[in-house]
Amino acid sequence: MLPPPLQAIPLLAELERREPAALLEGKLDRGELTLVIEPGKILEVCRHLKQEGGFRRLSSITAVDWHPAAPRFEVVYHLHNLEANQRLRLKCRLEEGAELDSVTPVWRGADWYEREVWDLFGIRFRNHPNLRRLLLPEDWSDHPLRKDFPVHGRRYDYGEEGAP
Amino acid sequence: MSNARPEPPEEPPAGAAPRRLTLNMGPQHPSTHGVLRLVLDLDGETVVRAEPEIGFLHTGIEKEFEQKLYQQGVTLTDRVDYLAPLSNNLCYCLAVEKLLGLEIPPLARWMRVMLTELTRLNSHLVWLGTHALDVGAMSVFLYCFREREDILRIFEMFSGQRMMTSYFRIGGLALAPPRGWHHPVRRFIEAFPSRVDEYEELLTRNPIWLRRTRGVGRVPLADLLDLGVTGPMLRAAGLAWDIRKAEPYSGYEQFQFEIPTRTESDVYARYQVRLEEMRQSARIVRQALEGMPSGRHVADAPHVVLPDREKMKTQMEALIYHFKIVTEGFRVPPGEVYQAIESPRGELAYYIVSDGSAKPWRVYMRTPSFGNLQCLPRMIEGGLIADVVAGMGSLDFVLGDVDR
Repeated sequence: MLPPPLQAIPLLAELERREPAALLEGKLDRGELTLVIEPGKILEVCRHLKQEGGFRRLSSITAVDWHPAAPRFEVVYHLHNLEANQRLRLKCRLEEGAELDSVTPVWRGADWYEREVWDLFGIRFRNHPNLRRLLLPEDWSDHPLRKDFPVHGRRYDYGEEGAP
Repeated sequence: MSNARPEPPEEPPAGAAPRRLTLNMGPQHPSTHGVLRLVLDLDGETVVRAEPEIGFLHTGIEKEFEQKLYQQGVTLTDRVDYLAPLSNNLCYCLAVEKLLGLEIPPLARWMRVMLTELTRLNSHLVWLGTHALDVGAMSVFLYCFREREDILRIFEMFSGQRMMTSYFRIGGLALAPPRGWHHPVRRFIEAFPSRVDEYEELLTRNPIWLRRTRGVGRVPLADLLDLGVTGPMLRAAGLAWDIRKAEPYSGYEQFQFEIPTRTESDVYARYQVRLEEMRQSARIVRQALEGMPSGRHVADAPHVVLPDREKMKTQMEALIYHFKIVTEGFRVPPGEVYQAIESPRGELAYYIVSDGSAKPWRVYMRTPSFGNLQCLPRMIEGGLIADVVAGMGSLDFVLGDVDR
């Protein structure tokens, strides 16, 4: 349920009517609007916001690791409505190992952002056309932006070759 | 030793799939301006499929932010987009100031605008020089770097650094503007519009330039938006969207300037838009120079801004604040902000999450080059391989900005 001041915003009232189970929380802080979305509903919500809400632009997708708190991850979407000059932040809270629907069917530009989140945080996106590592090498095994990954990295095992 | 020529390879039977050639371009290729690998599938000279591979310059800056105090993070922002360090300084400082709720004095705001616009000139000059060089016009590069040198000298005069300036700090500027700063800035800005005319004389009606850029790398506006492209690329496709106008920051609403647009959305249109942006930036710098307010260069926030050296020697509180800020930093109220600005390449945004401590919990950089580079396959697929370099140049990406 949304707090009453946010229910006065037509876009959000409409969203709450269309997808009553999807909206978990909402807040307006420092002039920025944030909605917490039920992870299973993210694709429907994004599609609705793009088609009905005018959010034609996806500005970025990223994640925040709240380790050791639970749920551990927040995947954060920043949307932008060019005509109304309005920005909107969506959040999905996820446990470790949980998956999220890819929003590439809504914005093709989500492709690299989701690959980056997979690469650096290890969050998988269902139905992503090409979910490979983006920045790190293919054979890398860790997800370095997780809070339990040390800043200095882990010892690299050179295997049979020995250290250079 | 036989001089017999090798047997020609067998022609594929009629109706068979055409022979494809996979070409690896980069990671070390002069036109990629950094280290970008491009895997091109070619059918003759036509690019059938292109796949950019990035990450060669990934330095883990976002992880690094989490280990540093807020004010130490400023030096990291320089190193993201090394052609527009002050834009990154500005965006980071604005984001942290928004979290802190700090009010910045007018002098600092105007100085930020002036130097950020000089940064835009700096970045566009490097773009124009290298883009023209890629397409084969050698001399433009030399002219552009002549002007760029003047800008770097101005940066050095303000901050002591030519490139990694870190001149904007949380709460204002790092140092008071140096005495006599007006003179070099005025000299530069008086001469600059005629320099842009010089570049135009070399390129705008140059038939070779026109053949290489007109109608090349065309992408419709809908595709650009869908792929997350921002900045001059969108304006060259007809969308008059500029964050300086749409969501003014740091006092941009007090300046008069126009948003140049074109509708062709090809390499030439992007060239025209960026050239016109240079003229508009020069206009802004001139307004800032003439109307520069007086006053202090930092906010009145002793718990955030380092005290004057003089005060430290005479006042106990100043010494204590200095010690506290340097050793343990300042606490930032919990919350999150997404601050976007118009960098030379497009929408640059910092998403900062604070947990109430003196180090950011998470800093995410939405860099314009990352978003823009995603449209490269759409731009060059179906075109000729010779146009790949022209198309890449018109994207104006910086690999440090892509990989972070």
